[in-house]
Amino acid sequence: MEELITVKNLSFSYPDGQQALIDVNLAIYRGESLALIGPNGAGKSTLLLHLNGILRSNGAVSLLGSPIDESNLKWARSRVGLVFQNPDDQLFSPTVFDDVAFGPINMGLSDGQVRQAVTRALGLVGMSGYEKRSPHHLSFGEKKRIALATVLSMSPEILVIDEPTSNLDPRGKWSFIGVLERMAGTKIIVTHDLELVGALCRRVVILDQGRVVADGGTGDILADKRLLAAHGLAPDGASLKLKRRG
Amino acid sequence: MKHSFLDQYSDRDSPLHRLDPRSKLVATLAFIIAVVLTPVDSWPAYGMYLVLLAVLIVLSRVPPLYILRRSLVIVPFVLLVAVLIPFFKGGEVAGSYNIGMWHISVSQSGLQIFWNILARAWLSIISLSILAATTRFASLLEGLERLRFPRVLVMLLSFMYRYIFILTDEVMRMKQARDSRSFGGKWRWQIKTVGNMVGTLFLRSYERGERVYAAMVARGFDGHSRTLERLRFGRRDALFAAGLSLALVAINLFNLLY
Repeated sequence: MEELITVKNLSFSYPDGQQALIDVNLAIYRGESLALIGPNGAGKSTLLLHLNGILRSNGAVSLLGSPIDESNLKWARSRVGLVFQNPDDQLFSPTVFDDVAFGPINMGLSDGQVRQAVTRALGLVGMSGYEKRSPHHLSFGEKKRIALATVLSMSPEILVIDEPTSNLDPRGKWSFIGVLERMAGTKIIVTHDLELVGALCRRVVILDQGRVVADGGTGDILADKRLLAAHGLAPDGASLKLKRRG
Repeated sequence: MKHSFLDQYSDRDSPLHRLDPRSKLVATLAFIIAVVLTPVDSWPAYGMYLVLLAVLIVLSRVPPLYILRRSLVIVPFVLLVAVLIPFFKGGEVAGSYNIGMWHISVSQSGLQIFWNILARAWLSIISLSILAATTRFASLLEGLERLRFPRVLVMLLSFMYRYIFILTDEVMRMKQARDSRSFGGKWRWQIKTVGNMVGTLFLRSYERGERVYAAMVARGFDGHSRTLERLRFGRRDALFAAGLSLALVAINLFNLLY
């Protein structure tokens, strides 16, 4: 299988000295859908911001064989589409059209191509006809879909989605999972939602305290309750006992 | 939380709604300049401005009461600025009063200027209300941009329009959280709490700004804002701008002869 993204010995600490990633190694292959899970503060979002070069640590991340640096940032960002967790951060334009068109316009597409890309992306997330609406007057689930469309309009090779199901009610969550399922291409999903992982992903990587602590098939990892408990992803023995008594 | 639209009624349809925003922006600006430059004592001209606005409101099919309500918002601000003028402007005395040891007199010309400022401000704000009620905010921004209004300012306005209610929601939630745990207390304590809330709001907005910027950068933003050309300045738009300008000139000429 072709390696799309290669992360090699990536370590990163924030300006305040907090060590967020320690020697992370990871390969992402074409066509796979990978879940990146881990407790709060594990470094998931930091890793995710490295994947399209918003954060950079001297060439530790390569996209299609070439290290991401200043010179190829624009290309990297059009190939790796990042969907942020909070749609109110992702949608910053006065209308849905402007937001979905933002990426394609920055890529330098012609007017006609931009319009086409917007129509296609809105169609993919089931939101055709919302072009003129203002994001403020949409429901949370609708905003989530539009946020996804703003990235799809750039036709990225890899979709990176941060917490796609957070704050959605079960109906909204499962319909959003349906949208993601229909999406072809390579997907990296960052989440705590193990139901979502089970439904969408074949491979799971667990990140804890800045390190990759597990990397394997979804079935194996989700079945390993002890591993999940050790990294705060499932209730540990003590709280399980409490639950049984109650 | 649900908020009303900043640009309520702007998605309706009428001859005014269909005009190019640039035409309306220029016409509004011309109107305000004409109003401001009209001499203090030419009340008939002011009356005709009002008639002109009334015609526009009828054309726009926006409820007149809505425009009126919005336009009254400005009155307290104008009063605050203008209320002292009658007392300080010299000239023919309209009335004088003794209050304790102070002697206060109100001058005729001062009063006239006071009413005049009020009228000018009110007419201007009505014209702006009509503009806002007949143009979607997004097209207003587009119009400004095509009129070579500085890009940075257009972006600023656009972010303001997008985030004003999100920040309002944030404040409401903070207020609810405070009220559910606060049972009064000394005013100094309360002021301190409000101070902390303002600080928190600032930090949250700042962090949101960073996240929004990351989302922009992730989609290829490099500091230049680009937009699609979607406006079409047609014959009707030119006609409207020209017609309104002519009306303004006519009003002033009439005033000159009068």
